[in-house]
Amino acid sequence: MKKLGFIVNPFAGIGGSVALKGSDGDEIVEKALALGAVQKAPTRAVQALEELKPYKDSFVFITCHGDMGENEAVAAGFDPQIIGDELGERTKAQDTCNAALKMEEENVDLILFAGGDGTARDIYDTIGTRIPVVGIPAGTKMHSAIYASSPKAAGSLCAMYLNDIVKRTTELEVMDIDEDAFRKGKVIAKLYGALKVPNEPNLTQGMKSGGHASDDSAYLDGISDYVVDDMKEDTLYIIGSGTTCQPVMDKLGLENTLLGVDVVQNKRLLAKDVTENQLKEIVKDKKAIIYVTPIGGQGYIFGRGNQQLSGEVIRMVGTDNVRIIATPSKINSLPKHQLRVDTGDVEVDEMLKGPKRVICNRAEISILDIV
Amino acid sequence: MKSNYLSEEKGRGGKEFVDPQRIIRDKFQQVRWQEPLVYDIGRPGERGVLLDSAEPEIVDELGEDITNIVPEKMLRKEAPRLPEVGQARVVKHFTRLSEQMSSEDSTICFPLGTCTMKYNPKIHERFVNMPQFTELHPRQDESTVQGVLEIMYKMQEYLKALSGLGAVSLQPACGSQGVFSNARILRAYQEDRGLGLDKKDEIISTVFSHPCNPATPAMSGYKVITLYPDETGYPNIEKFKAAISERTAGMIICCPDDTGIFNPDIAEINRAVHEAGGLTILDSANANGYFGWARAKESGFDMTHWNLHKSFASPHGGAGPGAGPIAVREDLAQYLPVPTVEYDGDKYYLNYDLPKSIGKIRSFYGNIGVVIRSFAWVTSLGKEGMREVTNTAVLNSNYLRTFLEALPGIEVGFDMPQRLHEIRYSLDKIYQDTGFDSDLITQRLNDFGIGGSFTSHHPMIVPNPITPEPTETYSKEEIDEYAAAMKEIVRECYEEPELIEHAPNNCSFPNITEEMANPERQAPCRSVFERVHKGEVK
Repeated sequence: MKKLGFIVNPFAGIGGSVALKGSDGDEIVEKALALGAVQKAPTRAVQALEELKPYKDSFVFITCHGDMGENEAVAAGFDPQIIGDELGERTKAQDTCNAALKMEEENVDLILFAGGDGTARDIYDTIGTRIPVVGIPAGTKMHSAIYASSPKAAGSLCAMYLNDIVKRTTELEVMDIDEDAFRKGKVIAKLYGALKVPNEPNLTQGMKSGGHASDDSAYLDGISDYVVDDMKEDTLYIIGSGTTCQPVMDKLGLENTLLGVDVVQNKRLLAKDVTENQLKEIVKDKKAIIYVTPIGGQGYIFGRGNQQLSGEVIRMVGTDNVRIIATPSKINSLPKHQLRVDTGDVEVDEMLKGPKRVICNRAEISILDIV
Repeated sequence: MKSNYLSEEKGRGGKEFVDPQRIIRDKFQQVRWQEPLVYDIGRPGERGVLLDSAEPEIVDELGEDITNIVPEKMLRKEAPRLPEVGQARVVKHFTRLSEQMSSEDSTICFPLGTCTMKYNPKIHERFVNMPQFTELHPRQDESTVQGVLEIMYKMQEYLKALSGLGAVSLQPACGSQGVFSNARILRAYQEDRGLGLDKKDEIISTVFSHPCNPATPAMSGYKVITLYPDETGYPNIEKFKAAISERTAGMIICCPDDTGIFNPDIAEINRAVHEAGGLTILDSANANGYFGWARAKESGFDMTHWNLHKSFASPHGGAGPGAGPIAVREDLAQYLPVPTVEYDGDKYYLNYDLPKSIGKIRSFYGNIGVVIRSFAWVTSLGKEGMREVTNTAVLNSNYLRTFLEALPGIEVGFDMPQRLHEIRYSLDKIYQDTGFDSDLITQRLNDFGIGGSFTSHHPMIVPNPITPEPTETYSKEEIDEYAAAMKEIVRECYEEPELIEHAPNNCSFPNITEEMANPERQAPCRSVFERVHKGEVK
């Protein structure tokens, strides 16, 4: 019998309704409550569990005390097994991490959690991609691609995975926004990592507006074929960060830095997880091609999560040698289907702007504007 | 519970909604027969028709067991697993199934949209059922089928006039086959000029174009470059120019798109593709937006195709049959599928003598029945009537818009105020507020006796889309009824969500979920279904 771990961050999203643009940190939670904010994560968690209820006897349900799972589970008609210690009135990020760790010790097959970007980050920090997860969207910002498109979709996805209807998993992005900056109206987002999620694009946020029963892995495979087949002798290939670039390195059989930049030459790894200065040394007077992918849901190809690829590096390589890769579902997740750049060098940003080709598959290309 | 929700609301321009409670069919209940599959009725040995035993002379000649005269290797090892059901039960079975279907003659069926579900005159059915047509055989000698050849020839002439292009083939049996034929002609033309896939291997399309526009050139060996729309709803000319290069073999697009937006730069875009040595192909599936007002030729296109079963006349709800004729520039006629239908001033004949033809796209001459219906339709309308079709379709769509746009949560995407025969609306605000997506909302329409409603082709660029297309044939009352039902459904989303949650509630079949549409979970036939059910296969 499969085991499901269930975690609720009861204060996720509490800042949203009172315009605090996030809920990370004790101070903000107190401020939100003082402003009259209502907890919405528990309700959304119950909505997800209701989808799971018909299958309640077919898996073991493990959760935490009180509002971090027990109360929601009971409200939805489950009789859960409780792990961990009693919790304080105000749960903290560390409680999420502790719970995830305990669930790993219990060998759960899947973790269902309710939260926002901060919660996803905590889960990622604790268990990485060792256990598949399903995220119930309950936060304020929700930039991470890992979340289900709605609480009900989270419940359905969970049921499909537990009942072996969906067996494959895929890695989707965990995004991290600097909340302090965000509250001042500035979006500073970076790719934080990836979580393993049951692969059903219809039900996850990345495909919210797509709704196509397509499987992104076929596109990722096509993109990596295109990139590898196009590699020329002695040219340097600078492979950017993210889950779209990773299959390129996988296809070459090379170790990949998910959140960093690697350099390939003659299909061998020349330098791993390079800094801006190292890159400047490496590309000096050499023919080089940069491969980057936009951040899903945002569209930044430079300046978010890949600051190593600075304006100066791009100048040295040449803006004509920047190649962009993205699956159609990622393109569909971008606001207005546009790409963005923020290299820190206004002149380079200007040079990059305008319509550009984006490689989507072996024989599929899209034209998107960099704005 | 009935509330006065929106009762003060007026449509754009001050038009008042007709009171939903007066006009909608909120007591609608479709028949639900709980009819088993035909395999699950009847019993072993039950028969519909009992045959007499053979006469003694025959038995004398062939023996008791006629399988003796069939070569051993051709005999089945076991009897086929056919249903064993008597005649009366079969009649009742299929009558019940038919009662569970919605029908063009009873529903307001325009919301299927984009497929342009039009009123199809019943007299057309009498035409195509005349023995002069039904008793023809495709292998008959030309001299004995002059009548049907004349209809085909004249239909070709109509299509030449509608497109301004010089040559037509009626052979493709559906829209995507028409686009495929054009893609093959494009490739044949380029190869003839020494510009095969090694030199020109890219086709330009747009993400709003119908899915066969990129798919058929991809099947023909080309790379496809897809353009995404700007805030206007169409890609600006700079995006086209960024896509055009010496590797451009051609372009295949819709204009207008299903958004009802006509790209105003289309002539300039066609010129730019031509300058790079490419051919341009128009998908005329949206011809309802410009019949008699705009033509492929004047817009600068080299080829086009139509869906006679959608834009012209032919019942189409049952997924066919269709007809997707193509028209091409005079100098491209040499590549058309064979045979072409021609006239030498004395008689009509089939011409197979096209050495550069792309070959046969379909057996024989296409779906003639659909051609005959469309021929009758164009003949009865005439030139002015065709223009009137477009006028009315555009008027109807924009009339509906005045109601839908006034409903909270329904938006017309993109900054382009003028729309043609259809509009793609977004219900995303409703989805964000209530969690009900446009699939579910359109299923609730069925509960008011309204036929299936089209959301969008994939990928869904407009979030939570619906694309109603009232065409030219629906009355003002029917459009009012559709608008009133939508108004009621929007109210329910917010006030009575339980009515939407599992919609349709009053129909023969329950909610079809995305999960049920997952091809990995569908059984292609009964025997596979049984094996899955027994756990023999996953």
